[in-house]
Amino acid sequence: MLLKKLTEACGMPGGEGEIREIILAEIKDYVDDIKIDRLGNIIATKNGKPGFAKIMIAAHMDEVGLMVKSIDDGGFIKFAQAGGLDERILVSKPVLVGKNKIPGVIGAKAIHLQEPEERETPLKTKQLYIDIGAKSKEDTEKLVKRGDYVAFDSEYVEFGNNLVKAKALDDRAGCANIIEILKHEYDVTIVAAFTVQEEIGLRGATVAAYNINPDIAIVLEGTLCSDVTNVPEASFITKLGEGPALSLMDSRTLFPKNLAKRIYDLAEKNGVKIQYRLPSAGGNDAGAIHTTREGIPCAAISVPCRYIHSASSVMSKDDFEGCKKAVKLFLEDIKEGEYIHE
Amino acid sequence: MSKINNDLLKKLLETFGPSGNEETIREIIREEIKDYADEIKVDALGNLIAIKKGQGKKIMVAGHMDEIGIMVSNIDENGFLRFTNIGGVSPFTALYQRVMFVDGTLGVVGMEKLDEMKDLALSKMFIDIGVYSKEEAMKKVNVGDVACFYTPFVQNGDYIMSKALDDRIGCYVAIEALKALKDCANEVYFVFTVQEEVGLRGARTAAYGVDPDMGIAIDVTTTGDTPKCKTMDVKMGNGAAIKVKDSSILTHPEVKKLMVEVAKENNIPYQLEILEAGGTDSGAIHITRSGVPSGVISIPCRYVHSPSEMVSVKDVESAIELLCKILQK
Repeated sequence: MLLKKLTEACGMPGGEGEIREIILAEIKDYVDDIKIDRLGNIIATKNGKPGFAKIMIAAHMDEVGLMVKSIDDGGFIKFAQAGGLDERILVSKPVLVGKNKIPGVIGAKAIHLQEPEERETPLKTKQLYIDIGAKSKEDTEKLVKRGDYVAFDSEYVEFGNNLVKAKALDDRAGCANIIEILKHEYDVTIVAAFTVQEEIGLRGATVAAYNINPDIAIVLEGTLCSDVTNVPEASFITKLGEGPALSLMDSRTLFPKNLAKRIYDLAEKNGVKIQYRLPSAGGNDAGAIHTTREGIPCAAISVPCRYIHSASSVMSKDDFEGCKKAVKLFLEDIKEGEYIHE
Repeated sequence: MSKINNDLLKKLLETFGPSGNEETIREIIREEIKDYADEIKVDALGNLIAIKKGQGKKIMVAGHMDEIGIMVSNIDENGFLRFTNIGGVSPFTALYQRVMFVDGTLGVVGMEKLDEMKDLALSKMFIDIGVYSKEEAMKKVNVGDVACFYTPFVQNGDYIMSKALDDRIGCYVAIEALKALKDCANEVYFVFTVQEEVGLRGARTAAYGVDPDMGIAIDVTTTGDTPKCKTMDVKMGNGAAIKVKDSSILTHPEVKKLMVEVAKENNIPYQLEILEAGGTDSGAIHITRSGVPSGVISIPCRYVHSPSEMVSVKDVESAIELLCKILQK
């Protein structure tokens, strides 16, 4: 299954190669042209009819993870973050280190050795290490080197009410949806951008959008969802199972209302559940795309993900399917000449 | 005798236009300038670009149309609206202020009971639009709707007090300069930008499109002339401020020199401005494409980002004159 394959593969910011290979194999029969730019973005074009707009659809290949910083005398690995992680969630997580995916676990001083005040505050990255079961520095150095990426070791599991637990749903869910979207025919020209380095500052999208210079862009994402116990409804941002979420405003973008509303109304009319993502912090590739060149109107449509940026994010398969449907409905609805700018 | 156009100022200042919602204010400005510009266009982000044709250098003048505001994020069972900020809205300045939605719906900002006032945060505040249920509220307002402060324009002697002087006063200066500019050797692009308050976004795309030889932003700056305020060598009433630096730009030395020379030659009151925190459209313009020498003419403004910002009419007139003379040079 495509989403299982994509989420279990590893691709930290700047090290998206494994994901890129999977995507290239999946899309090659469905597009007219494939380029990989110098930052590593995949730019795949599916030609439409003349007179119809050029639509960029973007999802990022990278996920949040860690990077090996140093190896101590005992063979334990000190690490840094690659992308924004809540360090409180790191301890005791199984991980995979480097290209050869050496298994390890994130360790910390045992609780009975901690001073009382240490127990009061969550463990910080510098207090943690990765244990790959090596006996010594030399032993570890045979398998791991500085700069190696570290990913969570987390299996794709389906559970509950059509839900999925996996790592990296942000944004392999978006990648998987673009792949599916490319398998259909449209009047508009679609330029799919599978971008790099979103998690560390929208860097891939910045150059991809410049290069593609589309009429409009749609960003497919995984986004915050805090519809859980002890959170007031005003802070949910999105609700699981209520459909994909259209962005109104985040830290990086004020989304044009008419574009978001058109996608929302089309979905609703066609019986596809859809919701708005309530304004909150965070940002996605749209932040870079919409200020490119003379400005590119953007929409962002996201699969709500509980526990995003962790080893176990959770989404609803219904929301995931709905996202693809809503985007398809919009692409098929675009008329000749619409959205085209000189 | 003041030459200030009060009718126009009132209209510019009282119009609704938080970042991303500049449609109404754009139409007002377009209507005001249409007889004076050789060409007018609107770009993909909504920037209004008015061109005054000429044979010389291409100069971009930028004043931003947007103002700070709030966006509704949730409506509760009793019809109270939770909200988030668009741009720099302080919870302390927003408390108990009136706000206005695009359709004219008014509300007041209230707060939950707090043990200590220092705990005040936007997340503990709400907007009351005077309804009794969610259903009733949703007839007027929906999630994602935006509002701005609601305070009338006031002129009293030399000072003007209003919401949104940041940066409708810059728009006003640009409009008056455009009107006054009869024949001009240079080709001037008057750009009324969008989304400055959320990160100079409109200016970035407009500057890319215009590709100017020089950029001049017109915006407000803070002052150092109120009791026990942060030290700053800018005073309201002491003339247009020529920016030397802020967080977004170090003014190009040639642009600064030109501005100072023109001010001196024409006896226009001016002061130099070093703003320690904050930025404006020139911050985006000067790093566009392969770089654009840029500067800023600032209007000294007290209480920036509050519902009652304050500027001096004399400073506004100095700014208009300075801009006109620079554009003609």
